[in-house]
Amino acid sequence: MAEIRNYTVNFGPQHPAAHGVLRLILEMDGETVVRADPHVGLLHRATEKLAESKPFNQSIGYMDRLDYVSMMSNEHAYVMAIEKLMGITPPKRAQYIRVMFAEITRILNHLMWLGAHGLDIGAMTVFLYTFREREALMDAYEAVSGARMHATYFRPGGVYRDLPETMPQYKESPFTDKKKAEELNANRQGSLLDYLWDFTEYFPQCIEDYESLLTENRIWKQRTVGVGIVQAERALQLGFSGPMLRGSGVAWDLRKKQPYEVYDELDFDIPLGKTGDCYDRYLVRVEEMRQSNKIVRQCIEWLRKNSGPVMLDNYKVTPPDRETMKHDMEALIHHFKLFTEGYCVPEGEAYAAVEHPKGEFGIYLVSDGANKPYRVKIRAAGFAHLSAMNEMVKGHMLADVVAVIGTQDIVFGEIDR
Amino acid sequence: MPEALMKQLGEIFEDALVACEEGFGEVMIEVSKDDLLDVMKQLRDHDDLAFEQLIDLTVVDYLTYGQDEWATTEATSVGFGRGREESQAVKQAWQRERFAVVYHLLSIAHNRRLRVKCFVKENRPTIPSVIGIWASANWYEREAFDLFGILFTGHPDLRRIMTDYGFVGHPFRKDFPLIGNVELRFDAKQNRCVYEPVSIEPRVLVPRVIRKHKDETIYVAAPEPGGKDG
Repeated sequence: MAEIRNYTVNFGPQHPAAHGVLRLILEMDGETVVRADPHVGLLHRATEKLAESKPFNQSIGYMDRLDYVSMMSNEHAYVMAIEKLMGITPPKRAQYIRVMFAEITRILNHLMWLGAHGLDIGAMTVFLYTFREREALMDAYEAVSGARMHATYFRPGGVYRDLPETMPQYKESPFTDKKKAEELNANRQGSLLDYLWDFTEYFPQCIEDYESLLTENRIWKQRTVGVGIVQAERALQLGFSGPMLRGSGVAWDLRKKQPYEVYDELDFDIPLGKTGDCYDRYLVRVEEMRQSNKIVRQCIEWLRKNSGPVMLDNYKVTPPDRETMKHDMEALIHHFKLFTEGYCVPEGEAYAAVEHPKGEFGIYLVSDGANKPYRVKIRAAGFAHLSAMNEMVKGHMLADVVAVIGTQDIVFGEIDR
Repeated sequence: MPEALMKQLGEIFEDALVACEEGFGEVMIEVSKDDLLDVMKQLRDHDDLAFEQLIDLTVVDYLTYGQDEWATTEATSVGFGRGREESQAVKQAWQRERFAVVYHLLSIAHNRRLRVKCFVKENRPTIPSVIGIWASANWYEREAFDLFGILFTGHPDLRRIMTDYGFVGHPFRKDFPLIGNVELRFDAKQNRCVYEPVSIEPRVLVPRVIRKHKDETIYVAAPEPGGKDG
């Protein structure tokens, strides 16, 4: 009889289930994982060091590129850290817009996660459905900021501009005939808020569709129930946050516990898991999408009723508008100084955290009073989650590794930074 | 509330605290390297503190703290042509140990945060590992070692994590150039990748300026209810 020995399997970095550039060294005993050693850093761009060499505002765009499926949530933490150090508070309308887009971003992220996770475990269809809805939300991003993904929309002191009154329209083209274009434009006749309202009307039904494909699906349950169990105690030890922590039954959500912006004025619930396996985390995230939908609706209602400024009127931080610059010398000078030198943030250090779709995303900012940050540290949720990979997959089958990668909602932009 | 936490910390740790400050609603304590493990253990296990989570661990390199870049010839050969009087304040180099290891703790039971700082000398940057207290320290300490060269004694697996296999240096130190030291290209003749010294020059697009405003509230002073439309 042949001698049985352990094998070492190299998983990734070019593997469709690796969610980017994860290289996993798996020590196998037959088909059982004995040890998993993730090698990360293949996407390391030294964002933190780059930020040290640029004025504060120029790094907002880098934040989009961290977790590139939840762009505005990253900006949110960075902008909040700067605001904390400068002691400014954005106008109420800007806060509502931020919260609305943070929740849209959460839906975007969870749609991406659900589609990719499903695809990893063999549920092809759900991927096609989730990307259809993602497209609709990308259009909202585009309408408000001009970019479908890397928006750079949040600024210290508010948001870049107010919500648009009209939506961009589809035009007739060789790929879209007139009838099709009209059909696509049907819900784009009003403002961005009308468009988003229409989305929130039909989106709950979409979630029902995903759930009807997966929740009671026998194969889905076989692949997720009881896989990658993390007890609540252990989840805290391992630095888990967000849905990974809530899936284990710890009632912790920064939006409720340490509310920032206007979350304390909104009505929503926090879903909790029980066993802390992949299936519970799936249920938690799906329910989070419903709650986010609810929050977006409340924001739309508020934004419709209340107009007002979306940016502070302080030229030391925010640029003056074009019209003022034409006749006001002071405004022109302020504009020039802001875009050449930037603003100097008072000396000090602050940590600002948001409830990012993946967990707690924090920015630790140290300023020595210069126009550039002295040190920026990005606390990415995925980094802590991935470090627990070894524990989560030990003793599972090789195929379960893919399920665990999926359930951790890994994006390498934020892990490698 | 910050005051309550500061009072508790003072009572529990007494002399072990080198500093205990509050800023922006956040509490920061500083401990010496020798007391670190004891304090950390107490922070986790004491019922009134109960910091169950190590949210973040990072390092700050204070080498160039408070230095601006008006010495223009160093930043670029052409210099920054702009009028500005040299500041009268004496430029002081950082007086303390070069590195600070910064821990961010979170207590879920009491819903509060704490920042713990511990300074480390440049020539012997060692500090005890907190991996036995919080398991999440594992990768954070590996990252701090990789990027700053801090040695965590007692860490079972202190390998590089972010940089390339065989990387030399600690890239996030302030004296490590932004453009790096080596560049990589594929050499067709040798049919392999080769490392060479970088061929680009460092350049500064926006010089670092430090302005201390006499009026601390300069940024807040927006006319109420202040603001402008989009």
